[in-house]
Amino acid sequence: MKTDILVDTKGMACPMPIVKAKKALDGLLPGQVMEVHSTDKGSVNDFQAWVKQTKHELLKHEEENNVFKFFVKKV
Amino acid sequence: MNTDANRMNMMTAKELTRIILAKEEIFILDVRNENDYNDWKIEGESVEIINIPYFDLLDGVDEALDKLPDGKKLLVVCAKEGSSKFVAEQIVDAGRTDVHYLEGGMKAWSEYLEPVKIGDLKDGGSLYQFVRIGKGCLSYMVLSKGEAAVIDTLRMTDVFEQFAKEQGVQIKHTLDTHLHADHISGGRKLAEQSGATYWLPPKDATEVTFDYEKLEEGQGITIGSTTLRIQPIYSPGHTIGSTSFIIDDQYLLTGDILFIESIGRPDLAGKAEDWVGDLRNTLYNRYKELSQDLIVLPAHFGKVTELGEGGRVMAKLSDLFLHNPGLNIQQEKDFRSAVTENLPPQPNAYQEIRQTNMGKITPSEEEQREMEIGPNRCAVHDK
Repeated sequence: MKTDILVDTKGMACPMPIVKAKKALDGLLPGQVMEVHSTDKGSVNDFQAWVKQTKHELLKHEEENNVFKFFVKKV
Repeated sequence: MNTDANRMNMMTAKELTRIILAKEEIFILDVRNENDYNDWKIEGESVEIINIPYFDLLDGVDEALDKLPDGKKLLVVCAKEGSSKFVAEQIVDAGRTDVHYLEGGMKAWSEYLEPVKIGDLKDGGSLYQFVRIGKGCLSYMVLSKGEAAVIDTLRMTDVFEQFAKEQGVQIKHTLDTHLHADHISGGRKLAEQSGATYWLPPKDATEVTFDYEKLEEGQGITIGSTTLRIQPIYSPGHTIGSTSFIIDDQYLLTGDILFIESIGRPDLAGKAEDWVGDLRNTLYNRYKELSQDLIVLPAHFGKVTELGEGGRVMAKLSDLFLHNPGLNIQQEKDFRSAVTENLPPQPNAYQEIRQTNMGKITPSEEEQREMEIGPNRCAVHDK
């Protein structure tokens, strides 16, 4: 998937993954895609709830070698 | 508590427990996501609680401030701690005072055990209840002449070891009333660490992968001296092996068969239909034959209203026959539907928890913690 920005929050704990992601998303243009990497399992549900509530689009999320990857399209 | 009005203060699970048991007013702002909050939260008669996820407060806490009463002790809570500090700090910056965050978050809340003394035993020994207030689980320690037995040991075995050390007793036995489905038993681990014997009802242990001693009716266990006996009573229903204990002819430990305001559910091993008859027989016949003056001590509570003085969860058997709705269903068919239909959701990861308690899987500490998140949901009426 083509992404416009990669936000690496590996090793960070709550709330930093979403704080960083929000900052990055604020700087994007509508239609652009952000990819977020996180190792905080606890953030997974929070991340989904946050994206849903911001009305942006969670294109997909996956787990690879204990890294959670989220792809969010700015609306 | 180290309180500085103009700073954000840390509150421990122990301090929060004290506040709840003393029924002191506290306002809680839970900043976890809505699903986690709705599934399980801090409860108490004097607790007022609201939920605003921390990710709704990234641009500032103005939205939250309107909903927080001024002049009341405020506690911000999240899953582990980080987000609650992030939010609490901003609330302090906005000029609020008496602001706290919960050290270790809901994880610490789930694991905190409050020991409370139930009473003295005839030979000079004593009985303690360990209240896992965040999750509604109860363990017991019987102490007598330098020896102790722990019943329905919870996963936090260090708490029991520390308590035994302080009391100057050696743990000789650990016993489980049944194979638990809502929490990971610490019975086997505590027995290994203390050189004690681990006892299980054999009918619940047909698939276990380790050695244990069989809890069988008629075979008493002696602690400290010959005067104190733990007397097993076979009482199936929640599981096929469920066993109650009579201690010192005074106390009836009912496991997950009978609670203060509810009764056990028979479906967590997938056998609801099969075990209904056993459950009814145990509650309405076996327990009826026992001395009605026995003090019932269950393995769980479901509601904070079941917490008595100082957090104790206990009641006289005769009182439960009068007031517990689960003991007052006259018709067998009504009983059958009450315990098999419209049951609350099953506890989080209950199948994996049973596998762990059988020794079939060995999850890491962190995984065990995750598996236990949430309320216990072992009673039929818990919602």
